[in-house]
Amino acid sequence: MSSSTKAAAPAPVDVAPEHTGGRGAALVQRLVVVRELGILAALLLLIVATVIANPRFLSGQNLRDLLLSASILTVLAAGQTIVIVTRNVDLSVGSVLGLSAYASGTLLVNAPGTPVVLVILAGMAVGAACGLLNGAIVAIAKVPSLVVTLGTLYAFRGLDSLWASSSDRLQINAADLPTGFKSLAGARLLGVPLLFLIALAVVLLVGFYLRNYRSGRELYGIGSDPAAARLSGIPVGRRVLLAFVVNGALAGLAGVLYAARFQTLDATAGTGQELFVVAAAVVGGVAIFGGSGSVYGAALGALLLTTIGTSLPQLGLNPFWRDAAVGALILAAIALDRALSLRLARRLRGRNLRGA
Amino acid sequence: MIPVPGETCQPRSTGVHIRVLSVASVTLDTAGRYPYGLRHTPCETFHTSEAVTLEPAPAHPAPGSVVLALEDVSKSFGAVAALRGARLELRAGEAHALVGENGAGKSTLVKILAGVHGPDSGRVLLDGAPVTLDNPAAARAAGIAVIYQEPTLFPDLSVAENIFMGRQPLTGGRRIDRRELAARCRALFERLGVTLDPDRPARGLSIADQQMIEIAKALSFDARVLVMDEPTAALSGVEVERLFTVARSLRSSGAAVLFISHRFDEVFDLCDRITVMRDGQWVSTDPATDLTVDQVVRRMVGREVASLFPKIDVEPGEVVLEVRGLTRVGVFADVSFDVRAGEIVALAGLVGAGRSEVVRAVFGVDAYDAGSVRVAGSQLRQGSPAAAMAAGLALVPEDRRQQGLVMELSVERNATLTRRWKLARFGLLSARSERATAADWTKRMQVKAGKLSDAVSTLSGGNQQKVVLAKWLSTDPRVLIVDEPTRGIDVGTKAEVHRLLSQLAADGMAVVMVSSELPEVLGMADRVLVMHEGRVVADIPRAQADEDSVMLAATGQAGRPAVAS
Amino acid sequence: MALDSAHPATPAPATPAGQAPAERPSPTSRLRLLGTGDGVITLVLVVFLLVASFAVEGFASTRNTGFLLLDVVVIVLIALPLTLVIVTGEIDLSVASTVGLTSAVMGQLWFAGLPLEAIIPICLLLGGVLGAVNGLLVTRLGLPSLAVTIGTLALYRGLAFVVLGDRAVADFPRSWTTWALSGIGATGIPVVVVPLLVLIVLTGVVLHATPIGRSLYAMGNSEDAARFAGIDVGRTKLWLFVVTGVVAALGGVYWTLRYGSARADNAQGLELQVIAAILLGGVSIFGGSGGLVGVLAGALLLGSLRNALQLVNVPSDVLNIVTGALLIVAVVTPQIAARFRGRRPRGRPRTP
Repeated sequence: MSSSTKAAAPAPVDVAPEHTGGRGAALVQRLVVVRELGILAALLLLIVATVIANPRFLSGQNLRDLLLSASILTVLAAGQTIVIVTRNVDLSVGSVLGLSAYASGTLLVNAPGTPVVLVILAGMAVGAACGLLNGAIVAIAKVPSLVVTLGTLYAFRGLDSLWASSSDRLQINAADLPTGFKSLAGARLLGVPLLFLIALAVVLLVGFYLRNYRSGRELYGIGSDPAAARLSGIPVGRRVLLAFVVNGALAGLAGVLYAARFQTLDATAGTGQELFVVAAAVVGGVAIFGGSGSVYGAALGALLLTTIGTSLPQLGLNPFWRDAAVGALILAAIALDRALSLRLARRLRGRNLRGA
Repeated sequence: MIPVPGETCQPRSTGVHIRVLSVASVTLDTAGRYPYGLRHTPCETFHTSEAVTLEPAPAHPAPGSVVLALEDVSKSFGAVAALRGARLELRAGEAHALVGENGAGKSTLVKILAGVHGPDSGRVLLDGAPVTLDNPAAARAAGIAVIYQEPTLFPDLSVAENIFMGRQPLTGGRRIDRRELAARCRALFERLGVTLDPDRPARGLSIADQQMIEIAKALSFDARVLVMDEPTAALSGVEVERLFTVARSLRSSGAAVLFISHRFDEVFDLCDRITVMRDGQWVSTDPATDLTVDQVVRRMVGREVASLFPKIDVEPGEVVLEVRGLTRVGVFADVSFDVRAGEIVALAGLVGAGRSEVVRAVFGVDAYDAGSVRVAGSQLRQGSPAAAMAAGLALVPEDRRQQGLVMELSVERNATLTRRWKLARFGLLSARSERATAADWTKRMQVKAGKLSDAVSTLSGGNQQKVVLAKWLSTDPRVLIVDEPTRGIDVGTKAEVHRLLSQLAADGMAVVMVSSELPEVLGMADRVLVMHEGRVVADIPRAQADEDSVMLAATGQAGRPAVAS
Repeated sequence: MALDSAHPATPAPATPAGQAPAERPSPTSRLRLLGTGDGVITLVLVVFLLVASFAVEGFASTRNTGFLLLDVVVIVLIALPLTLVIVTGEIDLSVASTVGLTSAVMGQLWFAGLPLEAIIPICLLLGGVLGAVNGLLVTRLGLPSLAVTIGTLALYRGLAFVVLGDRAVADFPRSWTTWALSGIGATGIPVVVVPLLVLIVLTGVVLHATPIGRSLYAMGNSEDAARFAGIDVGRTKLWLFVVTGVVAALGGVYWTLRYGSARADNAQGLELQVIAAILLGGVSIFGGSGGLVGVLAGALLLGSLRNALQLVNVPSDVLNIVTGALLIVAVVTPQIAARFRGRRPRGRPRTP
C-alpha cells in the first residue's frame, strides 16, 4: 500500500477533519462503558447521599434487603432486554410473573414435598408457555408485539384471577407454604442473599450468551434492521420466538422468586411491574427500538430503580416521591442516550467526510 | 485522457493516483468510454494504487459451463404478474448484464435468485440440477451472493459482524472467536484494498463504503454467483471502477457475475453477454459485442423512443430566484446564483458536492447558517417549506420513495397533499374536489394507474415520479426545483419528463435541475452551474457547456471564475 | 368548482393516449372517508348490542344504558386526541397519570379553599403544560414518544402522590357531582354525553375532512415525505400532545366529579384501556391508518361487553381475558386475511 488512502483533496468547506481512520471500535466501546459507568456512578452517588443522611443504610441487613428486593426486577429486566434488543417489547411480564407465582404456590400447597428445583422449573415452564404464546403470535401473525403483549397482559392476568377465584384459595399465605421453600428467601451464600445470586447468575448467563453466540448476535441484528436480517438469511421468526420464550421463562423464574420472597400470593402479584421492567432496561441504556444495549446495563438500571425506592425515605423524602423520581430518571436516561448517540454520529461523520 | 494499462494516471482533479490495473481494466479503456466524468471523485476509503488480486477458487467448474439457470419462471403478486416465463442463464466466468425498463421484472428475478421469493412456476437450476431456494439462507448456501441497490446492513453492529453475521468463526465451545473475526475481516479488506476499521459500527458509513462491505460479504463466502442489482446508482466514478475491478477478478476466478444497471456505458464496459427483459418476459440474450446501445434500448422499450432531450429555446425573463451567499457549515459555502423565468439551470457536480443540500436549504427543508434566498424580490424565511411553497417554490426531491411520496397513501391523497389548504372550503375538504383535482392532474401527466384510491406504491417508478410532478405542478409554482428528476425511471418516461420540463420553461417557469447525468445536464440546461466541494465553481452557458468544460469544473480545476449572474 | 379551474397552463405531454383514470366518487368511497373503513368492528358492535339486548336481561334498560355510557365517557374522551397522536405514529402512555395528577391537584386546590370555577381552568392549563412537556421532549429533543411517556407516566403519577399523598378529598359540592351523573330527562343518557358528542364530531371532522387530518395521515406514514410537502411535523405533533394533555385533564376533572372523590390513584391503568379501545378500532400502532368511527366502536364494544358480562354475573376476571383476546384477534385477523388474499408475497416455490 504505497500511497495514502486519504486523497490530498483540497480542503472542503469548513469541515473540521477530525482524526481519521482512528479506532472506531474504541469509540463505540467507550460510549457503552461510559453509559454503564454513568448508571453505576448515579447508583453510588445515591448510596453515598443516603449513607450521609443515615449511616445505618449500609448495614448488612439493609443491604441484603435491598439486594433481595432488586433480584426479582433484575431477572425480569434481563429477560426484557433480550426481547427489546430484537425491536420488540413484552408488556405481559407482570401478568406472567403473577401466574407463575400463583402456580408455584398452588403446586407447593398441593404437594408440599416438591423439591425447590422442581418448583423453579415448573414456574419457568409456565412462563415459557406464556412466552411461547406471545412469541408465536408476534412471529407468525407478524403483528406488533406492543399490541399483542398488551392483550396478553390482560388475558394472563384474567387467567390468573380466574384460577384463584375458581379454586377455593383466593390467597395463599405463608402458613400454607412449606418451610423448605420459605427458607429460600432468607438463604445466604457467603452473606449474600441466594435470590440475588440467582439473579446475578441469570444476568451473567444472558450477557455471555448475547455477546458470544451467533444466535445472540443475530438478535441484535434483527433489532438493528429487521429487513436486512431477513435478507441475510437470519431466521427472524425463530429467533424472535426464542427471545419471547426465554423472556417468558425468566418471568416465570421471577414469579417463583416472588413467591419465595413475599410468601403471600394472590392474583394481583406483579401488577404494574411491566412498566418498571421496561423502565429498568431503558434507564440501563437498552435502546427502546432495538439493536443496542446490554443486559448488564439493564441490571444496573433495575438496581438503581430499587435503590431509589428504599433510599428516599432515608433521605427524609416522602416515599411518594419514588414514582416521580423513577419517571425523571427515565427521561434523563433517554435524553442522555440521545446526546451520546448524536455525539457518536458526529464523530463518525468526522472520519467519513462527505460520505455520500 | 484515456489511460493505458500499466500507466499511472492522475486525473486532473485531486492528486489521487490511479494505476491502471491488469487486463481487466483494459476492457474499459479500449472501449473508449470513460464513465461519466461527473461521477469522478476522490475517494477516501480505497487504496487507489493497489491492484486487486483474488486467487481463483479451486472448486469452480470449468469456464463456460452453465452455473445457474432460470427456466420459464413466473411469479405473480396478487393480480400483478411480475414475471411471465422469464429465463436466464449464467455461465461460469462471465459477466452477464440484465437490462430492462422499470417494472420489467428484474428486481423480482433477483429476489428469486436471492431466495426472498419463490417462483409460482418454472425451475431454478444449479449446475443443471433443480434447486429450491426458499429462503435467503438456502440461496447463500448455494453460493449465490446478492448486492442490492440499497445496502442492507445492521447499523448498530460492527463492520466485521455485518460481514460475518451468522458465519462468525467459532472457538471450541461454539463461542464467537472475536480475534479471528477481526483478522478475517482485515484480510478481506486487504484483498479489496479497503481501509475500514472492522470494529466501527456500520452506522454513518458512506454508500460506497457500505457497498464495499456488501462485496466483502460476497467474497467472504466464496460466491459462485454474484448478483449486483444497480450497485452503482449512488457511486462515483472511482468507486464504480473499484467495484468493477473486483467484479472482473471474481469473473476471471470463475464466478458468474449478474449485473443490473440502467447505465449502458457500464453495461458495455463490464459485461460479456446482455439479457433484455420486457414486461416480465425474456426478450433476448446476446454477446455484448453484437449489440449497440440503440438496439438494446429498442428491445427494452419495444418501440421507438422519441428524442430524449427536446429542449425548446426560450428568451429568459425576469430574475425569479436569487440565492446569495448561502452557507451551511461543513456542507456548502457561499453559494450564489440567479434563475430567470423561462430558464432551465442545471446544478451539476460530483456526488457529494452539495447540490441536493443546496436545493433542500433553498426550499427550507434544511437550515442554513448564512446567506439569503429571495423569490421574485422578496426575502424567504428560512427553514420553512410552507413559506417556500407560499412564495412559489416547488421541490421534486431526490428520493422519490422516502421524500417525494407517502407510499402507503392513495394516488389522490398524494397528488393533492400540497394543495390541501387550497382545496378546502371553510377549512373543510370534500372528497369530490380532491378527487376531481387528482383526476385532472393524473390525466395531464398521463399517469398510468388503476384507481386513484390505490396506494401510490402500486405504481411503477416512472408513474410515481409523474405523481410527484403532478403534486408540485398543481401548486402553480414560479420556480420548480427538480432533484435527479429521472433517476431510476425508464427511458420512455424519461423523455416525457424532459419534454414536460422543457415546455414548462417555455411557458415561463424557472426550473432548477440537479442531475448527475451529464447528457441530461447538457441536453436540457440553458446554463450549467457546477459545484465542487460545496462551492459553485463555474457558471457555463448552454453554448459553451460540453463534457470537458463541466467535468473540469466539477473536479475542481475550472479555469473560469465562479460568477453568479 | 371554481377551485379546479385555477390550474396553471401546463402542457399536456405530446405522447399519445394518456389513460388517466377518471373516477366519480362512489358512495362507498365517501363512506370510507368518514372512517367507516373499519366497518368490521362497527358491525361486531351492532351485532353484539342486538344480541345482548335480547339475551341479557336488563341490558337494554335505560338505567343500564346510563351506567354503560357513564363508564365509557372518560375512555372515549381521552381516546379522541390519543387517536390523532397514534395516527401520526407517536403514542402517549401518560394520559391516565395526567388524569390522576389533575384529580390530585383539583382535590388539593379545593382543600385550599378555591372555588371550582377557578380550579377547573387551572387544571386544564396544567394538563396543557403536562402535554407540552411530552411534546417538547418528543419533538424538540427527538426522543421516542414510547419511552418519553413511559417516563412521564411514572413521573406524573408520582407527582400526584406527592401532591395529595394517599388522602382523598371528597367534599365537592353536590350540585356538581350530581350533575356529573345526571341523565337527560328520563332517557337515562347522561348529560355529559352531549358535550362529548360535540367533541367527537369535532375530532372526526378534523381527522377526516380537513387539511390537518390529511397531514396527520401523511406524517404517520412518512415523516420525510410530509416535511417535503410543506407540513410542519414538529409543531403539529407538539400541539397534538398539548391537546391530549388538556383533554386528559378534562377527563381528570370529570372523573373526580363523577366519583365525587379526588385521589392520586384515580384512573390508574386507564391508559391501557384507552389504547386497547383505539387499537381494537383498527388504528395501526405504527401510525398512518385507522379512523374515528372504528375507535368509537372499539370503546363502546369494550364497555358494553364488560357491562353485559357483569349483568350475567360472569366474574370480572373473564373480562380481562376477553379484552385481551379481542385485542389480539383485532390485530391478527387483518394480517391473516391479507395473507389469504395473497397480498403478502411469502409464497413457497413449487419447484420439483
